[in-house]
Amino acid sequence: MVLGNYKSAVAARSTDKGILSASQDGGIVTQLFAFALDEGIIDGAIVAGPGAEPWMPEPVVATTKAELLAARGTRYTISPNMALIKEATRSYGLDKVGIVGTPCQMQGLRKAQLYPIGMRDVPDKIALAIGIFCMENFPYQGLETMVEDHCTVKMESAVKMDIGKGKFSVYTERGGLSQIPLKLTHKYEQPGCHVCLDYVSNLADVSTGSVGTPDGWSTVFVRTKVGDGVWARAVDAGCFETKPIEEVKPGLELVTKLATDKITKNQKTVEARASFGVKADGSGKALRNPYL
Amino acid sequence: MPAEKAIPVAKPASKPGDVKIEQKLEGVIQEEKPVANKITVGHVHMSGCTGCLVSLADNYEGLFKILDDYADLVYALTLVDVRHVPEMDVALVEGSVCIQDEMAVEEIKETRRKAKVVVALGACASYGNITRFCRGGQWNQPQHESYLPIGDIIDVDVTLPGCPPGPQSIRNVCVMAYLLLQGTDEQKALAAAYLTPLMNLAKRGTEACGCDLMYDVINQGLCMGCGTCAATCPVRAITMVYGKPQVDRDLCIKCGACYAQCPRSFFNFDVINEFESITELIGAAMGQGGE
Ligand SMILES: Cc1cc2nc3c(=O)[nH]c(=O)nc-3n(C[C@H](O)[C@H](O)[C@H](O)COP(=O)(O)OP(=O)(O)OC[C@H]3O[C@@H](n4cnc5c(N)ncnc54)[C@H](O)[C@@H]3O)c2cc1C
Ligand code: SF4
Ligand code: SF4
Ligand code: SF4
Repeated sequence: MVLGNYKSAVAARSTDKGILSASQDGGIVTQLFAFALDEGIIDGAIVAGPGAEPWMPEPVVATTKAELLAARGTRYTISPNMALIKEATRSYGLDKVGIVGTPCQMQGLRKAQLYPIGMRDVPDKIALAIGIFCMENFPYQGLETMVEDHCTVKMESAVKMDIGKGKFSVYTERGGLSQIPLKLTHKYEQPGCHVCLDYVSNLADVSTGSVGTPDGWSTVFVRTKVGDGVWARAVDAGCFETKPIEEVKPGLELVTKLATDKITKNQKTVEARASFGVKADGSGKALRNPYL
Repeated sequence: MPAEKAIPVAKPASKPGDVKIEQKLEGVIQEEKPVANKITVGHVHMSGCTGCLVSLADNYEGLFKILDDYADLVYALTLVDVRHVPEMDVALVEGSVCIQDEMAVEEIKETRRKAKVVVALGACASYGNITRFCRGGQWNQPQHESYLPIGDIIDVDVTLPGCPPGPQSIRNVCVMAYLLLQGTDEQKALAAAYLTPLMNLAKRGTEACGCDLMYDVINQGLCMGCGTCAATCPVRAITMVYGKPQVDRDLCIKCGACYAQCPRSFFNFDVINEFESITELIGAAMGQGGE
């Protein structure tokens, strides 16, 4: 269950060279939204667009392929995509909303659909939710410190950042590569990530990430009926090159291992919160547990 | 075409035949074959704005489906000519209580005595909301100055905040209340699981503010910057600054939506993991065919 419910898992990448030129991995997110936009499955998607500072994402409602392309690539800092979920159905006038997000944002989305407390009309207007895998995220100032101080690269000269194989890597516009061990980045992690019990966006319609497949490819889980429908149509239309996940290295085994590691570690953090402090009788005094 | 307006005539001192007319109407309205096992629901209007009731009505044909198949509306001064609080399975109470208004205090107590399940419908009933800012001094009841959420006067079973609460959330609570009272064992279990976090909100208390995001999420090390709170706030008091909510507390009307909607206030995996099947179940209950 650490990988959630899914109907199928594949290795895939977009067949569109233009999308792949600046996508983080196999361009799954951008390609699937572009296809859904073309086919009228969605009439817009909330993505992490360019923000006010270098590498700072800003949630935007993309209604054109150009806007989707501008949002490609991973920004290892918070992009509060859910902040636009209601507005997308208001001033933007969308009836079929797409959204990409980390596992926690998919959780916010599904909660908003089942318990739409201040979310009038949102539940019925979600057409395609794409989740990305996520081990942890960083506050902007944390990312800045990692890139500028530890990797000694100016934020504005970085062209790609990547976490994999135990390292945080920054690629520069002049072809340089600067890497630090992931261990050095732990103290900059967003604290709220340490109680997170989802690695592969279990609640998305389709979820995707880099782990499990070779560079330039993505691991894809097709989860819901909605996701299954859209994915099948996109593959039929020739949007994706796919391989059975069993035929690629390192495959689901590594995904399962990392998911288990994340959940086990964070479950311990959640449990430790139950006796974080001390009561008058010497027993533990708890911090709040959102899952109870 | 607008109908020709009748010129108002002076009202007679007494209303002869009033009672008889009411009886006649009842005969017409009665369903020929009432659906068995409907639950009874009432809408109790305290110091509210009727926006919560409009929100219920904004389920459009979904409301008719609820009234056709699942619930009889036995009390709602806005819609039904029943003058006194009757026995009810579920009381949807909107508005807070002015404790200087004796009738209001009596009505909320009567509601508790007569209802199996009391739902604080909307932010005013749940948390006081805009009536938190009342302090009297206005004509022609300048002494009407103290307003309390209903949970400070009676025990509340289910808290459903929002100003107004989303129509779909009221629909879900109505369907789940029906399943809880009339469903199969399996449906009862699901309904209980669904309603649990809203029952826990009722136990949590009657105070709400954008500050809850600080006290109970950020200060607790739980915020992960998703932005849901900013989306849900009805007055745009919340902006996301460097990935964390910034609340403009002078804009905040104390509705409690942001905290309740935050995925780090309550997140019940047992229910939310089943979002697909539960959405289908509610859709089916509302008469929207599967595929
Ligand atoms: C904080 C973070 C941590 C991650 N950790 C892992 C990991 O541990 N293992 C793993 O396999 N994959 C991880 N990923 C996912 C991976 O980096 C890619 O985002 C994913 O594979 C999609 O690549 P793509 O080529 O399909 O997408 P692209 O076509 O490049 O599109 C990427 C999409 O992601 C959106 N996006 C970018 N940054 C953010 C953000 N901060 N928040 C929300 N949305 C954003 C963009 O709007 C864009 O639509 C992480 C991503 C993020 C944002
Ligand atoms: S680790 Fe969890 S909480 Fe943190 S950004 Fe990723 S999905 Fe969200
Ligand atoms: S909804 Fe909760 S977790 Fe998300 S940004 Fe707001 S306070 Fe943080
Ligand atoms: S910040 Fe907004 S959503 Fe939160 S309590 Fe205040 S008005 Fe309500």
